[in-house]
Amino acid sequence: MSYAGWIIFTASLVGFSCGLIGVFLILRKTAMMADAISHTVLLGIVVAFLITGELSGVYMVIGGIVAGIVTTYLVQLLRSLDVQHDASMGIVFTTLFAIGVILIATKAGNAHLDVQHALMGEITFIPFHTTTLPFIGDVPVAVVLLAVISVVVLLLIVVFYKEWKLTSFDPALAASLGIPVTLMHYLFMSLVSVTTVASFDAVGAIMVVAMLITPAAAAYLWTDRLAVMLVLSSSFGIFSAVIGYYIAQWLDTSISGSMAFATGIVFIISFLFAPTHGIVQKYLFVKRETTTS
Amino acid sequence: MRDIVLQVNHLAAAYRKNTVLHDVNFTVRAGSLTGIVGPNGAGKSTLIKTLLQLHPALSGEIRFYQTTYQKAKDKIGYVPQRGSVDWDFPTTALDVVTMGLYRKIGWLKWPRAKHKAKAYEALEKMGMADYANRQISQLSGGQQQRVFLARALVQDADMYFMDEPLVGVDAATERAIMAILKELKKAGKTVLVVHHDLQTVSEYFDHVMLLNRTVINYGKTEVVFTKENIAKTYGGNMRWMGEEEQNVVHSVK
Repeated sequence: MSYAGWIIFTASLVGFSCGLIGVFLILRKTAMMADAISHTVLLGIVVAFLITGELSGVYMVIGGIVAGIVTTYLVQLLRSLDVQHDASMGIVFTTLFAIGVILIATKAGNAHLDVQHALMGEITFIPFHTTTLPFIGDVPVAVVLLAVISVVVLLLIVVFYKEWKLTSFDPALAASLGIPVTLMHYLFMSLVSVTTVASFDAVGAIMVVAMLITPAAAAYLWTDRLAVMLVLSSSFGIFSAVIGYYIAQWLDTSISGSMAFATGIVFIISFLFAPTHGIVQKYLFVKRETTTS
Repeated sequence: MRDIVLQVNHLAAAYRKNTVLHDVNFTVRAGSLTGIVGPNGAGKSTLIKTLLQLHPALSGEIRFYQTTYQKAKDKIGYVPQRGSVDWDFPTTALDVVTMGLYRKIGWLKWPRAKHKAKAYEALEKMGMADYANRQISQLSGGQQQRVFLARALVQDADMYFMDEPLVGVDAATERAIMAILKELKKAGKTVLVVHHDLQTVSEYFDHVMLLNRTVINYGKTEVVFTKENIAKTYGGNMRWMGEEEQNVVHSVK
């Protein structure tokens, strides 16, 4: 595949997996947990690096999952101690992120790890770090990681579809039906962490947040069905990745920045023109109602 | 004593730092239809949530069907307050009713046509068949409550807990819900309902629980639901509506 092809494919995988996960983040009203986790995985990655001495995919993912679960746990803990939910997120993620930044500056300064990279990513270098797979040939390492994680995310969402739906909609009923609501919450937050870690190297923390929240928020405006929302959200993610690449090429600017920008454009179009919840449609509806009555 | 389906001894529960419930004791018999009444903040919802382990108990013992809640779980159905869920959730009325069947469907499986048919039947029973494919935010408050009731029906439990099912619903829905509750009672099921309207208690429920942080009184409505007990529950300042009835000229029935 060509250089541009790999970049678009990598970003599409990010858009796909983030789009799926994002739907449940929105519906569980925990969108800002994405922001929190996308920052705290930095600490997980740094600690994994300090322990193992390498920056390989597997250790990064494990470190990221642990960081995500620790974040979720600490937020819940503060919440149970009567700290407001948004405040406890703010406290936990800034603190853990700061520890990560300090560790990079003091212990991991000469490694391939810096704060700039963590926030913005560097997708242009993705096609250069390849590995050889049987039957397929040379494939960028990030693509392998993202592909595996996309499949895992898709599989877990399909297999536990009704459980995700019920625990998101009515956790009290879910608990009374014997579904382990807390366990599902931690499993979900682990999925958020895994997706974030895998996307992190490619596109950076900021674009992960954009990809997790914006396509799902846009899809929410187009449909009243959860399954359709999942399909739309992941499609919007992929679409933004592709469009974003060409915007970047056209304006000769940052690729991940343009992709994040593209998700914003998709959202604005949805906000204005979506068939049931778009404001233009709502305005026309009100006008029709007032003129007929 | 076989017909005792719920026994609660010395139950206590707290919200934040305040003890909401203390020393709660009562036993519920099979086939009874109980109204739980008490002033705001009396701990009515907390009581139900604590019984169903949705809220931690500080102390006390709860026995469902002479065993623990965990073991009796599939005999127990719960209808939460309507306000407890997000009605903008992208799902249909039929979908919400199908959720009541999720335990029967089991893990890793998707709902099939026969589950949908069963859910549809329950909606029909609640007079909601025409709204099966509506997104739930497009339903009125009364219709949403009927969907919740239909969901409880498909659970096919032996004992139901309902949290304020009659709040904010229209008169037709109130009648429909009460008809279903009477039917459940006739089928030998036990139903406990958090209720807020003192005027309808005698008409709707055969048992009543007067609750204000502890059980003031519990038993048959005609015995327990007296002016003195109500005054005791509501702190004595409550002007009992029935008081004025002696001066009211009833229209010919």
